[in-house]
Amino acid sequence: MAVIRDMMPAFELFQPASTEDALGLLNRYGSDAWVLAGGLDSWDWLKDRVKRPSAVVDLGAIESLRGIRESVDGLAIGAMTTLRDVIQHTNIADQYKLLSQAAESAASPQIRNQGTIGGNLGQDTRCWYYRDGWDCYRAGGNICYADTPTAMNREHCILGSSRCVAVNPSDTAPALVALDARMVIRNSSGERVVDAQNFFIGPNVDITRMTVMEPGDLLTSIQLPATWADARFYFEKSRDRLVWDFALASVASAARISNGTIEDIRIAVNGVAPTPLRLTAVEDAIRGELINDQTVELAGEIAIRGVRPLAHNGYKVSLLKNLVKRSVRGTEA
Amino acid sequence: MELFQWGSNPWGQEILIRISWNLLYLSFWAGIAFIVFHLIYATVWLPKLANGKSSSVTQDGIVANVPARITRHTSAARIFHWVMAATMLVLIFTGFLPIIGFQFPWLTIHWVAGILLTISILFHIVHATFVLDFWSIWILPRDLKEVWQRIKQQVGQPSVELPKHGKYPLDHRLYHLAVTIAGFLAIMTGLVMMLRIDTPLWPMNAYLFTDATWGIIYVFHGLCAVLFVTLTLTHVYFAVRPDKFWLTKSMVYGYVDREHYVQHHDPNRWVVSKESTER
Repeated sequence: MAVIRDMMPAFELFQPASTEDALGLLNRYGSDAWVLAGGLDSWDWLKDRVKRPSAVVDLGAIESLRGIRESVDGLAIGAMTTLRDVIQHTNIADQYKLLSQAAESAASPQIRNQGTIGGNLGQDTRCWYYRDGWDCYRAGGNICYADTPTAMNREHCILGSSRCVAVNPSDTAPALVALDARMVIRNSSGERVVDAQNFFIGPNVDITRMTVMEPGDLLTSIQLPATWADARFYFEKSRDRLVWDFALASVASAARISNGTIEDIRIAVNGVAPTPLRLTAVEDAIRGELINDQTVELAGEIAIRGVRPLAHNGYKVSLLKNLVKRSVRGTEA
Repeated sequence: MELFQWGSNPWGQEILIRISWNLLYLSFWAGIAFIVFHLIYATVWLPKLANGKSSSVTQDGIVANVPARITRHTSAARIFHWVMAATMLVLIFTGFLPIIGFQFPWLTIHWVAGILLTISILFHIVHATFVLDFWSIWILPRDLKEVWQRIKQQVGQPSVELPKHGKYPLDHRLYHLAVTIAGFLAIMTGLVMMLRIDTPLWPMNAYLFTDATWGIIYVFHGLCAVLFVTLTLTHVYFAVRPDKFWLTKSMVYGYVDREHYVQHHDPNRWVVSKESTER
């Protein structure tokens, strides 16, 4: 169980000045290390004694992890770039507005000033049973306390669950999946690049993790390819209040439209499944189709195929359907 | 070394979660240690026992009726064996690879393999009961004397005269007994554990038992599963040993040669007729 205290627990704090030093520390401490980015999610875990790392590696002093640079094929965003800097970056605002819209929908202005895009992508789920320190599947136990007839599961998933029904809370994740971004991950053995849609893993693969990041791994940057620059974007986040709240469901889409016909499209949703979910079946069904009521309705129907709502989140079915319909239409109307 | 993983339920009570995965590594290395031990034993100790007396029951009248090839496993029995082997390997790999670091969507493959294994075993029970010589694979009270004789022979008492085997040697029957017990427990607990996941077979019901009972079910499933790691390793080892290969071939082709039959088996305990060869 969580033990809520104001006192910070004891751990060794490291503030490396280079990525190499950080990787050395992460390699040395392995699963006992905690990577600190903006620190907005971390302190809850540590103060509540739910996560008990022996070492905290604060990335705040590593300048090379900050900033947005033009690359051969688009943009490279350092993992420690704040959400505010992502929102205010001219190129992103002009060419990848989907990402700036998604980043702007995260939390509150104060949090966006401090929170990083890497932290936003790597944050753990908001399931309160898990965050409260209960020994559920995700915490290494053998039960999901949220998937029961009497559980408080209004915010949990309706698609793709496997024992655990927690959802991914990231706002920027669906936008990056829709933009076909790539995550650059380094560890002491080298570097690997993972597509955004494969960066997130569900409980069917590993019930204790939300991303492919393993102990010793460090997300260093996010590559935004030019493929979807200046596309027609749509982002919408549905939430209980308009600021400082997590998504009940969100949708992000990037589309190439020509004379009212969908030449190509990528649609991703979040808040409805354990991972940000790319709706490939919807994309395949509407690619090459005219944007009209029939196409929009078809997209919405396909999006909700296979849903399994829990006791208290049946509303997410129609929410998902309507968000997808709006994203295909390109307007809220 | 911890044997079990413990957690707490919502009421703060300490409950069993599952076995400690240290036992997986222990079972693997136990299997390897057994194989190494047996290799040394077979090389160093076994030749010294070669002088031990073995029953010379050959009864010419019976042997004269033995065909050149004797059916040891019917087609149905062989199909069952290989289906069981395949599903067992799938279950072991899907169950344990994620634990040692190979992450993939294992759960559906695991329970589907478990269902296939269950169906194949149900078939085997019916087949063995009504078609095969049911009692030939079991260790019966009358076999205890043979167990004792073989133990004495293994520790180097040369005066003991050992009976030849029936259809199944004593070690095969012991292995079958271990697999039956561990398999039964693993399957029963596995089927119950399927209530904790979404399957098309029956509705999920995580609250059929208390947290503590579920923990015990998970522990039994885990214990049987890690035991199967040892059992599988040793089984494969014996299957590929040159001196046992004629038995392995019989599980592929179905028959044993007359020479092996006469050399290893007592015609009174495994009675065959001229029609024994399956065509």
